[in-house]
Amino acid sequence: MNKLELSSLYQLTLVRFRLVLREPEAIFWIFIFPILLAVGLGIAFRNRPADVLQVGATNPQLTQALAADKGLTAATMDEAAGTHALATGGILLLAIQEPGGVAYKYDDTNPDARSARLLADQAIQAAAGRRDAVHAANRLVHETGSRYIDFVVPGLLGMNLMGSAMWGLGFSIVEARQKKLLKRMVASPMKRWQYLVSFLLSRLAMLVIEVAAFLGFARLAFGVPFRGSLAELGVLCVLTSLAFSALGLLVASRAKTMEAVSGLMNLVMLPMWILSGVFFSASRFPAVIQPVVRALPLTAAIDAMRGNMLQGMNAGQMMAQVGILLAWIVVPFTISLRIFRWR
Amino acid sequence: MPEGRESVAQGVAGGTAGRGASGSTLLLRGLRKAFTDVQAVDGLDLEVARGECFGLLGPNGAGKTTTIEICEGLTAPDEGTVELLGLNWRTGANELRQRIGIQLQETQFPDKLTVEETLTLFRSFFRRGIPVEESIRTAQLEEKRHARVGGLSGGQKQRLAMACALVGDPELLFLDEPTTGLDPQARRHLWDLVDGLKQAGRTIILTTHYMEEAERLCDRVAIMDHGRVIALGTPQQLIATVGGEDIVEFAVSTGETGSQEAGHAVVDAAELTAIPSVQSHRVDDGLHQLSVSELHTAVPRIFAALRAQGLHLSEFRTHSATLEDVFVRLTGRNLRDE
Repeated sequence: MNKLELSSLYQLTLVRFRLVLREPEAIFWIFIFPILLAVGLGIAFRNRPADVLQVGATNPQLTQALAADKGLTAATMDEAAGTHALATGGILLLAIQEPGGVAYKYDDTNPDARSARLLADQAIQAAAGRRDAVHAANRLVHETGSRYIDFVVPGLLGMNLMGSAMWGLGFSIVEARQKKLLKRMVASPMKRWQYLVSFLLSRLAMLVIEVAAFLGFARLAFGVPFRGSLAELGVLCVLTSLAFSALGLLVASRAKTMEAVSGLMNLVMLPMWILSGVFFSASRFPAVIQPVVRALPLTAAIDAMRGNMLQGMNAGQMMAQVGILLAWIVVPFTISLRIFRWR
Repeated sequence: MPEGRESVAQGVAGGTAGRGASGSTLLLRGLRKAFTDVQAVDGLDLEVARGECFGLLGPNGAGKTTTIEICEGLTAPDEGTVELLGLNWRTGANELRQRIGIQLQETQFPDKLTVEETLTLFRSFFRRGIPVEESIRTAQLEEKRHARVGGLSGGQKQRLAMACALVGDPELLFLDEPTTGLDPQARRHLWDLVDGLKQAGRTIILTTHYMEEAERLCDRVAIMDHGRVIALGTPQQLIATVGGEDIVEFAVSTGETGSQEAGHAVVDAAELTAIPSVQSHRVDDGLHQLSVSELHTAVPRIFAALRAQGLHLSEFRTHSATLEDVFVRLTGRNLRDE
């Protein structure tokens, strides 16, 4: 055996790595699930071309005038049929020919119906000969970086780093404690700090694969932008993972059963899933609770990652978030080392 | 089997003769440990010499595991002193962990690691020790080297646990109930392994609640009950305290009624103990036990005495006295009354 193979820290880390890779479920949750989620969200919230609105008219001339607008499709129907179609959502607006002109039947509380009203009136007036007083041209903007998928990818990355670090540490440690393996390890001359550090090292090794796979996919499939420094993004991922590892260690430091640790873990993670702005901006929560929301490690992590990826901010502009993450590394780690139950 | 080492010769030469504060590998004085609801260890003194295979025998709850875990440095005693290899846990913990080997009662090694990976991990904790290869050979797990721990049988898992205890080439080996839960064949296999370790001169301390295991493996045995040592000596010495080499067990009926009511037939015990070679008599749930020194002369006289009382034997058997009988004599209970 060479020197490396005799190193207990190397062996402990290698064992952690092997145990994760030999657990098919872990592979799914760490590597496959975030990609599936990104695909699902990408499809659900893809930016479609502007909707074509369905409208109806009571005579063919009106129908023809309406159909001339690219934003509308029109069909001819009598007033009774049109009213029924309005009620069932078949059309958004019915244009009725009246002796003195035209009447529009629509629901003014529905934004699409209001758009249809504007478009329909413009089309009918234009067909009747109205000319624009001012010439207007359109310049369309479909910028990457402002789409929902761009917003949600850093959120999913943060959520994934939280889940893999917390489950990875929490479950493995409590399992080892429950199976009396922890007791057997501390009865041997193993250095205790090495046992804990081996979790962090294997986590960081896993992190490289996990982050590269997820962000690589987001880049290739959705063209998600990376406007900031990749090195700084890497550092943010490491800080995030260490913060949640520390939290996972804290959660696992006393629990004796898997049930207990799962409960604690969900208790810790659930508020962050909701409050930390994974799927929508955390600034939507009331101002009263904003200080709490901002102090959560996941909020800090996601804010910083969005700043880096979407706005191209540098580390200097994100010191607040980095500071919060560092605090979440130091405090839980210190506490858990003090209260850790080794048997 | 491991080859003989230098320590072997010393261990054997030291033997059980040269005991004393300096020569002993393990020394326990006035040990006490209470848990919230029970006094697990209640004033325990023990001394184990180098090269000895020492057994702690007793029923479940006797305090064996607490005692051995105090020795292993896993549990701190409330009172008393522990000295191993001339060191103690307060000042020499790191050194001690390097020099002892431990098998705990219910360790489950990770299912998804192989035998070799598990042993390589444990080997890496020790500054010096035997090659992983050798530990695999000693535990006779060569064919399972690349098998995952989850696929091993109970006996193989216990042998793996023993191999993990051996990789550091320990001077002192603790085995806590090494054969509990194993089938007879796996148990005999493990006994052979322990025999091999004994012959290699290792000092071994094991706990068990199987008296035949203690008799078969141990040079000396401490019988424990309620946190105390109630008897200490070689298995032969302890068995000799029963008073006879053999045990006669019988049940009687009055003859007319069926054997179901046999237990309630009255035996005049005084007439039996009056027989010169009968040392003692006790009765437990209708089953009479006599300890007997000369079986061949005693048995005809026992038959005669029972016939004279108008009793018919419904059961009769004899066996050589065992440590079980020692325990029964000392406590009035069976080892496995749980």
